[in-house]
Amino acid sequence: MSGHSTYEPKTGFERWLDSRLPILRFAQDTMVSFPTPKNLNYWWTFGGILAMMLGIQIVTGIILAMHYVPHVDYAFNSVERIMRDVNYGWLVRYTHANGASMFFLAVYVHMFRNLYYGSYKAPREVLWILGCIIYILMMGTAFFGYVLPWGQMSFHGAVVITNLIGAIPLVGPSITTWLWGGFAVDDPTLNRFFSLHYLLPFVIAGVVGLHIWALHVPGNNNPTGVEVKSKEDTVPFHPYYTVKDGFAISVFLILYASFVFFMPNVLGDAINYVQANPLQTPLHIVPEWYLLPFYAILRAVPNKLMGVVAMGGALITLFVLPWLDTSKVKSMRYRPTARLYFFIFILACLVLGVCGAHAPDDLVIPGFSGLQFLDANINSYVWLSRIGALYYFAYFYVITPLLGLTETPLPVPDSISTPVLSHPASAPTGAAASPEKRG
Amino acid sequence: MLRKGFAVAALGLAVLAAPLAGTAVAATTQAEPTEQAWSFDGPFGKFDKEQLQRGYKVYREVCSACHSMNLMYFRNLGQKGGPFYDPKYPNPNDNPVVKSLAHDIQVKDVDTDTGDVVSRPATPADKFPAPFANEYAARASNGGALPPDLSDMAKAREGGPNYIYSLLSGFKQPPAGLKLDPGKYYNPWFPGDLTGSWHGAKDKVPEGGAIGMPPPLTDGKVTFDDGHPSKIKDEARDVAAFLTWAAEPKMEERKSFGVGALIYLLIFSILLWFSYKKIWKNVAH
Ligand code: HEC
Ligand code: HEM
Repeated sequence: MSGHSTYEPKTGFERWLDSRLPILRFAQDTMVSFPTPKNLNYWWTFGGILAMMLGIQIVTGIILAMHYVPHVDYAFNSVERIMRDVNYGWLVRYTHANGASMFFLAVYVHMFRNLYYGSYKAPREVLWILGCIIYILMMGTAFFGYVLPWGQMSFHGAVVITNLIGAIPLVGPSITTWLWGGFAVDDPTLNRFFSLHYLLPFVIAGVVGLHIWALHVPGNNNPTGVEVKSKEDTVPFHPYYTVKDGFAISVFLILYASFVFFMPNVLGDAINYVQANPLQTPLHIVPEWYLLPFYAILRAVPNKLMGVVAMGGALITLFVLPWLDTSKVKSMRYRPTARLYFFIFILACLVLGVCGAHAPDDLVIPGFSGLQFLDANINSYVWLSRIGALYYFAYFYVITPLLGLTETPLPVPDSISTPVLSHPASAPTGAAASPEKRG
Repeated sequence: MLRKGFAVAALGLAVLAAPLAGTAVAATTQAEPTEQAWSFDGPFGKFDKEQLQRGYKVYREVCSACHSMNLMYFRNLGQKGGPFYDPKYPNPNDNPVVKSLAHDIQVKDVDTDTGDVVSRPATPADKFPAPFANEYAARASNGGALPPDLSDMAKAREGGPNYIYSLLSGFKQPPAGLKLDPGKYYNPWFPGDLTGSWHGAKDKVPEGGAIGMPPPLTDGKVTFDDGHPSKIKDEARDVAAFLTWAAEPKMEERKSFGVGALIYLLIFSILLWFSYKKIWKNVAH
C-alpha cells in the first residue's frame, strides 16, 4: 500500500489484470513481500490471531443465524434446538460463544503489547485509534450477542446496561425508550439487537481493513521501538511471518479447542441457561468477564451519571493516549521505571475485573470486618474498585505524562540490526539480542 | 518522585479510614456442593447408560409429578449416547424400548375429526408432557413456589450434578431456633438468607435456605430394574446423572470430537514449529 511495489506480473493474464485492477499486486505487496522487522516476538502474533477470530465469529455466526429465532418466546428454545437437534449445532454454538472470549483475550494481549512497546506513538496514532474503534465495536457486538440467547443474564444484563443511558439528564429516558422500541426490554429490543449483532462484525471487518492499511504505511513497530532503518532490518512477511503467525495461531487454537470441547460453559454464567423472566431478577447481575473492569469502574462511582461518565472516560482515554505520552523512547524495554508502572497497571485492570465480578458490598478479605469509610466499608469491593479506577486514570493522566519527562531511559540501540554492537557496555544483554525468547 | 507520591496517597487513604467503625453485612449463603466421582468427568468421560436408565426412572416416577422437561422428546432417550440407545435402531423412533416408555405416558392431542382435546399414549416423537397446564397451576399446587423446568438444570446451577445431588440428598431437620413457614423445608445447599427466620445467636445463622420443594426422595422410593440399591443417595446420584445427560445430550460426541481435534492441532503445531525453525535458520534476529 505504500513504498515500492515489488510485484512483477508473470503471465499475460496477470499483466492484463494488473493494468485494470491491480488486486494481485495489492495482495503481493500486503501479504507476501511486505517488509517486516525481523525481530518481532510472539506478542506480535496476536494481530493474525485476531483476524482469524473475526473470521471464525463471522462464519459460525452466520450458521447460527440460520437456525436462531429472534423472538422473546422462541429465542431461548431455538438456541437449545441448535445444541440438541441441529447436526453439529453444539460445535457451532460453543465455538461462537467461546470465540467471543478468545477474541477478547487476544485483543487484550494485543493492546497491552501496544502499550508496552509504545506502538501507539507517532507515526502510528491513527493505527492505534482505529484499533480503539475496533475494540469499542467489539464490546458493542459482544453485548448485543449476549442478549440473543434470552437467558436470565441476557435479559437482566440488557436492562442494566440500557438503563445506564437513562442516567443522561433530560433526554436520557427518551433515548432509552427509543432504543428499547417500547417501555421495557422486550421483543422489539431483541429484534434490533439481533440486527445490530449481525451488522457490527462487518463494520469491524471494514475498520480492520483501515487498520491494516494504516499499519502498512509506517510499517510494524518492533520490540526495540526503533524504526526500521534499512533493508537489513526486515524480512518479507511471507514466508517468515506467515509461518511464525501460523505456529502461534495453531497453539492458540489448542487453548480455544480445550474450552470448546472440554469446558464450554466455564466462562459463561450458569443462570443464562434459565430462560429470561422479567419478573425475577438474579441475585448478582454480572457481564461477561471481558467487560468486568469497565463494570467495576461504573459501580465505583456512587452517582449513576458520573459512573457512566467514568466508564466512558476510561475508553475515551485510550484515544488520546498518543498525546499524553511524553516519552521519546517507545519501547519499555529501555524504560525500567515505566515498566514497573505498566505492570501495576495490568494488575489494576485485573483487580478491577475481580471487583466487577463481586457484589460491591462483599468483603475483599473475608472475616476482616473492616472499617466504614465515607459511604462504604473500606474492606469492600467498592473501595477496591475505587483504588483500581484511580490508578487506571492516574496511569494515563499523571504517570504517563510525568514519567516521560522525569525518567532516565536506558541507552536505545541505533537500529534493529545492531542493538548490542553499538552499546556493548550498557545494552541489557540477551534481552535485545534474542527478542523472541522473551515472548 | 511518582513512587513516593503513590505511597503517600495510599497512606492518606488508610489514615482517613481509621476512625470509622465497621459494619456486618447479611448475605445469601449455601453449602459447597459435595463432589462426586462421575463417569462423565474428564476429557474421556462417558455416561453410564445403566445409571441414566435408573435416573430416568427416578425422574419419571418422582420428579415428573412436579417438574417439566420441556426440551426433551421421548425419541431423545433412544438417540446415540442416550440411556436406551440401541445400535440396532439408529432411528430412535423405531426403538421398541423407547416406544413402550413413551406408550406408558398419556399426552394431550386434538381429535382431528371433532376438534376435541383428547388424551392418547405418547409416541417417541412427542415431548415429555408437563405436569401442570401453566405456571399458575404449578404454583398453586406447590405453596406458591414454582418447580423449575429440569431440561437444562444441570447447566443452570453452579456445581451442576454435584449441586443437584447435594440438594436432593441434603434435606435436614431445621436446627432449633429456625422457624420456617409451612411448606418450606430447610436445605443447607439451597441458596438463601435465613437471618429473618432465625431466632438463635446472631452470628450462628444456619447456612443455606428454605426451599419450597418437599424432600422428594426416600430410601427405596424407586425400585430399580437392575437391582441396584436405592438409598436416597443412590437415587439422587442417578437422577443427577440423568439430568446431566438431558442438559448436554451431545457431551460424549463433543468430547470424542475434541480429543481428535486436539491431537490434530498438536501435530499441526509441531510441524509448524519445525517449519518455523527451518525458515528462520539463516536470519539473525
Ligand atoms: C412435590 C413437587 C416436587 C417434586 C416431586 C420434586 N420437586 Fe423439585 N422442586 C419443587 C419446587 C416447588 C421447587 C422450587 C423450590 C423453590 O424455588 O423454593 C423445586 C426445585 C427444584 C430444583 C431447583 C433448586 C434451585 O436451585 O432452584 C431442583 C434441582 C429440583 N427441584 C430437582 C428435583 C428432582 C431431581 C426431583 C425428583 C427427584 C424433584 N425435584 C421432585 C417441587 C418438587
Ligand atoms: C478485530 C480486532 C483487530 C484485528 C483483527 C487487528 C489486526 C491487526 C493486525 C493483523 C496487526 C498487524 C501487526 C500484528 O500482528 O500485531 C495489527 C497491528 C496493530 N493493532 Fe490491531 N487488530 C485488532 C484490534 C486492535 C485494537 C483493539 C487495538 C488497540 C486499541 C489495535 C492496535 C494495533 C496497533 C497499534 C498495531 C500496530 C502494532 C505494531 O505493529 O506495533 N488493534 N492489528
